Formats: sequence, structure tokens, C-alpha cells
Amino acid sequence: MMTITGPQIIKAIIETLQMVSISLATGALFGIPLGILLVITKNGGIVKNKAVFSVLNNIINIVRSLPFIILLVAIVPFTRFVVGTSIGTRAAIVPLIVYIIPYIARLVENSLLEVNSGIIEAAEAMGATTIQIIWHFLLPEALGSLILTLTTATIGLIGATAMAGTVGGGGIGDVAISYGYQRFDTGVIVITVLILIIFVQVIQSLGNILARKARRH
Amino acid sequence: MIELQNIQKVFNRKDVVVEALKGVSLTVDKGDIFGVIGFSGAGKSTLIRMVNYLERPTSGEVIVDNKNLGKLTSKELRDVRKQIGMIFQNFNLLESKTVFENVAIPLILNHTPKNEIESRVKELLEFVDLENKSKAYPDELSGGQKQRVGIARALATNPLILLCDEATSALDPQTTDSILQLLKKINKEYNITILIITHEMNVIREVCNKVAVMENGKIIEQGDLIDVFGNPKEETTKNFVRTVVHDEVPQIILNEINNEDGKSKVLKLKFIGENSKKAILAEACSKFNIQPNILFANVTELQGNILGHLIVELKGEKEDIEKAHEFMRDRNVGTEEVVK
Repeated sequence: MMTITGPQIIKAIIETLQMVSISLATGALFGIPLGILLVITKNGGIVKNKAVFSVLNNIINIVRSLPFIILLVAIVPFTRFVVGTSIGTRAAIVPLIVYIIPYIARLVENSLLEVNSGIIEAAEAMGATTIQIIWHFLLPEALGSLILTLTTATIGLIGATAMAGTVGGGGIGDVAISYGYQRFDTGVIVITVLILIIFVQVIQSLGNILARKARRH
Repeated sequence: MIELQNIQKVFNRKDVVVEALKGVSLTVDKGDIFGVIGFSGAGKSTLIRMVNYLERPTSGEVIVDNKNLGKLTSKELRDVRKQIGMIFQNFNLLESKTVFENVAIPLILNHTPKNEIESRVKELLEFVDLENKSKAYPDELSGGQKQRVGIARALATNPLILLCDEATSALDPQTTDSILQLLKKINKEYNITILIITHEMNVIREVCNKVAVMENGKIIEQGDLIDVFGNPKEETTKNFVRTVVHDEVPQIILNEINNEDGKSKVLKLKFIGENSKKAILAEACSKFNIQPNILFANVTELQGNILGHLIVELKGEKEDIEKAHEFMRDRNVGTEEVVK
């Protein structure tokens, strides 16, 4: 007999989906523009700016050098300031966002750097503005790669939400730790592992399909 | 239409200073098809990018359509760039967009109304013979077709100038020819001034009316096509001309020459333009009682002009041979004695 019920598992799944979707959406909202900013201010970029690039680059590197579990604890005061508490699903979302923004920015940067520089040159020769170059050339050419980037980020987030379970963030990870690990319930471990595998498989397949579509309309 | 005045361009890359252009001046008139030829690294690519300011000169002035590009605001510069189409060696099409969307892009950037874009793109695709490829993606096209899309895209905003950056270098000879014919058609029908850079002399021969030869960041020779082809002065120019105009005396002919008795002389004759249509050789021979023996002949057509090379052995009395030689020289036939 397992120590948890079906509704509890469903609640955990919903919590995980909430954490992933909210932090992904917010992370993308900030991470994608930052990734674009990195590419265009880089040496050789269309609006090269050494100061902006190095500040951004360093901040991203610093945040990215922290393992999520450390970050989670380190920014507790900030989390408490933003959402008023440091425990629960809402509190878990803050460090998840802080964690995922630089990750997405870096991945977006890599995707955009793959765009053939000749295309950017052609855009400049056409008299395109910086915004037009980003919107009509850079982003459409990198779309397939950007979708795969966000897929990778989403899967990274699922892993991080499991760790957020340790601050009582709820979700599948929380179930696995408090019921499976701490109460030695192997059945719960197996179920949570299966759910996580299915999550990752579905998201990766979806990402692959969308990316293929973006490349081939 | 295009005036480059004493352009210098220095690149500083990690303590290595590269002088790409060392004081280049060039004038391209309206309606010209101007060719710049040179080996890789001569500075051609940097030169052509000066014209739309993709590269800015370290010193010197760039004047396009009476505007000094160095004195424009970035908005004004973008407007000038819309008057200058450009095509590339690697086509630089958007792989994620269809042929139609690729050609439409410059119009979209200009906020052209949708129905106008529709009809303009259709017209352009017809002009480059790709009306049935409108929905295809670039990776479904051949190199020649991709370049046609590039050309249609470059013409979308009705530019005054078309810049061709090694536009045929990635294409096979037959496709190159069809693209060159298209460039000629653009020049004629739309009266667009064309600047071509290339390392292929046949491109220059096929379409250009003027040519400049570049070496080590400098223009070493320039002028009308017929003059540069007819009388190349610099060694590099001669080498380029030789790739398409054969005026070398074959060794086997040199071996045959026997003029020890002074009763024959082998001459290399060069006929340019009007001269090539006159019977100057026949006249000289009959006048001085000379027997000509043609050893080698080559005729090249250059934009409506004829450039003829002839190697002929003149047989007769020594005096008469000299007179015949002088007769031809006086009529502006290029003459050069061929010796073993």
C-alpha cells in the first residue's frame, strides 16, 4: 500500500506544471531579449557595445555558476521580499525565474550566433534598421534553433522544480522527496520517476516537432 | 554615380594592422557596367563595401548619387542603401522564407502596402524567370536560381545601382553566362548602374564596358574595356587578359621560324576596333609584293568591339618586308616582331 493517494499525485503534477510554465514564460520574457542584446552588442555585432556586453556577460556567468540548490537558499531574502514568503509553490517560482533567465539568455545567444553573418550583411545592405534586422532576419532564421533552446530550458526547469521541493515548493519533486525518500516508499519513487520521464519525453518530442515545422513550414 | 576618392582602409585586428585599401580612386558613370578584377586579397570585397558603407573608409570620400556618405545620418544612410541593391557570392537568402518572401523583404522593410508587394514580387519573379518557384524554399533551388532570387530581391526597391560581390564565383560556366546575360538585361532595361567585382576575366569580357585591375589594395590599371584588353600595361593585367584572350605564340610555330636569310619576318599583329574590319594586311602585301603566311589567329569580341590577334610570316625581299611592316604600323596596327 502506497503512502500517498491519486489526487495527491495529480495535485503535484499540476504544481509542477505551474512552476514550469510560469517560470518559463517569465524567463523567456527576459531571457530572449537579453540573449538578443548579447548578440548585437558583441564584438562584430550590429550595434557593438563593449560596456553593455561585458556587464551582461559577467552577470550571466556569475548567476550561472551557482548550482540551483545553492541559489535557492542564497536568494531567500529576495524571494521573501518579492512574494512575502520563502515556502511553497509561489516562493519556489522566484528562484526558478532567477535561475532560468541567464540560462535562456545564453542559449538564445548561441542560437542567434548560428545565423549566417552574410544574411545580416544583406539586411544592412537593404537599409534595415536594428529592430528590423532582429525581427525580420535574425529571429526567423534562428526560429527552429530557438524552439530547441526553449525545449532544453524547459527540461532544465523540470529538474530544478524537483529540487525546489526541498523548500516545500510542492510538485513531483516534493512528493518524491517527502514521501518516497524520507518515508522509504519505493513505489512513490518509481511513480515520480516515471512521471518525470514522461514529462521530458513529451516536451522534447513536442520541441522537435515544432522546430522541424519552423524550419520547413 | 559612384565616386571613390582616395580611399584608405586599415583594419586593426589584435595588434595586426592590415592595409586593405591604399588610396583607391574610382569613378563609375551612370549606365556603366564597371568591373573590378583582382586576385583574392587584393581588396576588392572591401572596395565594393565602401559603396554602400558596409565598410567605412579610414580616410577618403565616398560619393554616391551626389551624396557624401560620410556626412549622412544613419537614417539618411539607410535611405541611400535602399537605392543600392547588392548580390553576393553565397546569395545570402533567408533559408526560413520562401522565394516570394525573400523577394518581398525589402518592400516589407519599406512598409509597402500588401497588394503592391504582391504585384511587384510577381513582376520581379517573372523578370528573373522564376515565377513558378514562388513558393519554393532556397534549399530547393539550384545555385543559379538562388542568385536569380538574390537579383530579384536586390531590384525590389528600384535601385539606381546594383553591386555584385563575386556574384557568379560559386556558379558553373553555363549558369554564370545566364546570370551575366540577366545583368546586361537589367542594365539595359532598367538603366541601372552596375559595379561588379570578380576574379574571373570572362565575367569582365562578357558584360563590362569599363574595368579596373586591383592588386595589393591599389588600382593598378583602369579604363575602357577595349583599351585595357588591347593594351594591358601591368604584368597582372596581362596575366588576366591572357586568361581569355590568347595571343601567345605557340612553341611549335616558334620552332618553325627560319629567317636567317632575311627574306622572311614573323610579326604579331594586333587589330583593335575599326582596324579589324579593314584589309590592312592584304593591302600591305599586295602593295609591297609580300606573301603572307598566317600562322595563328584569334578574334575576341568585346562589347561590340573587335580585338584581333594575328601571327603572320611575311615572305619577300628584305626591303619590302620592312616597308610593309611600316605601312601597317602607320595604320595603327600593333606590330611586334616574333623572334625565337
